[in-house]
Amino acid sequence: MAQALPQELEWIARILMGERDLFHELIRPYERTVYMTAVSILRDAAEAEDAAQEAMIKAYRGLKSFRGDAKFSTWLTSITLNEARSRLRKSARVKVESLDNSGQDGGQEDFTPFLVADWREIPSEALEREELAQHIERAIDGLPPSYREVFLLRDKEEMSIEEIAQALGVKANLVKVRLFRARMMLQKQLAPYLKRELPQRRRWFSWLGGRA
Amino acid sequence: MKLDCKHVWPYISDYIDDTVTPEERRAIEQHLETCEVCSAILDSVHNILVLTADDRIFRLPLGYSERLHERIGEELAKAWPDGDAHGPG
Repeated sequence: MAQALPQELEWIARILMGERDLFHELIRPYERTVYMTAVSILRDAAEAEDAAQEAMIKAYRGLKSFRGDAKFSTWLTSITLNEARSRLRKSARVKVESLDNSGQDGGQEDFTPFLVADWREIPSEALEREELAQHIERAIDGLPPSYREVFLLRDKEEMSIEEIAQALGVKANLVKVRLFRARMMLQKQLAPYLKRELPQRRRWFSWLGGRA
Repeated sequence: MKLDCKHVWPYISDYIDDTVTPEERRAIEQHLETCEVCSAILDSVHNILVLTADDRIFRLPLGYSERLHERIGEELAKAWPDGDAHGPG
């Protein structure tokens, strides 16, 4: 199991000894992950920011209880997940979107991909087009909650399967199943759109050229 | 180990993460060499992952980091009572 980094352990010890300002440095590499974790659950930028701040404060207050047997980032992610979930539970949206994921993992849904005969790569510059970026965000937002959080932690924050399993308190295999389903659902939804909207590289460059 | 299309799809995710066994990898690659559809599906999944990983997807709110550190600064300025395992507050 991944362990805390020596540098971080040293900083944590120093913070607890009174060098509190080091906490700014300790969390700096994880600001983004904490926000993404919160937004994966809350799906709202302002609420996710509040939850991220609160999670960081809770991490600071609970720093003494951090044991080096997990990575600091995993511990922080787990605090953020709890914070975001408890906010979701309190909000009215809980009625619309159940926190109970039990039905999702055992479901008999169809995870067949969208069949394509050939695929022309869409370059990342295409995301300059606001509409495309929004379309992708909506597709991710539309994933079932337990798939969405795993997907964002893995494919956006590049956490390992093991770290995600540890942060969520579930088995690695379950993380893999959810990740597979999330990726297939996104492919099925996004591939036809991307193929239709951006069929050829050539059109791409002419479009970019037209904007410049 | 020989796979047809339907049996390759469940492996696509693990294949991308490189968590398949060497035997599975061989069987998947053997299939991909001759199947344009599965190759294209793999390419499309990979492409979508690259796009979603981009910073332009779910941008951080403007000023997020500054506000976060300001809030932390306020918290750090408070007293830290000793003997409490959960720190102040």
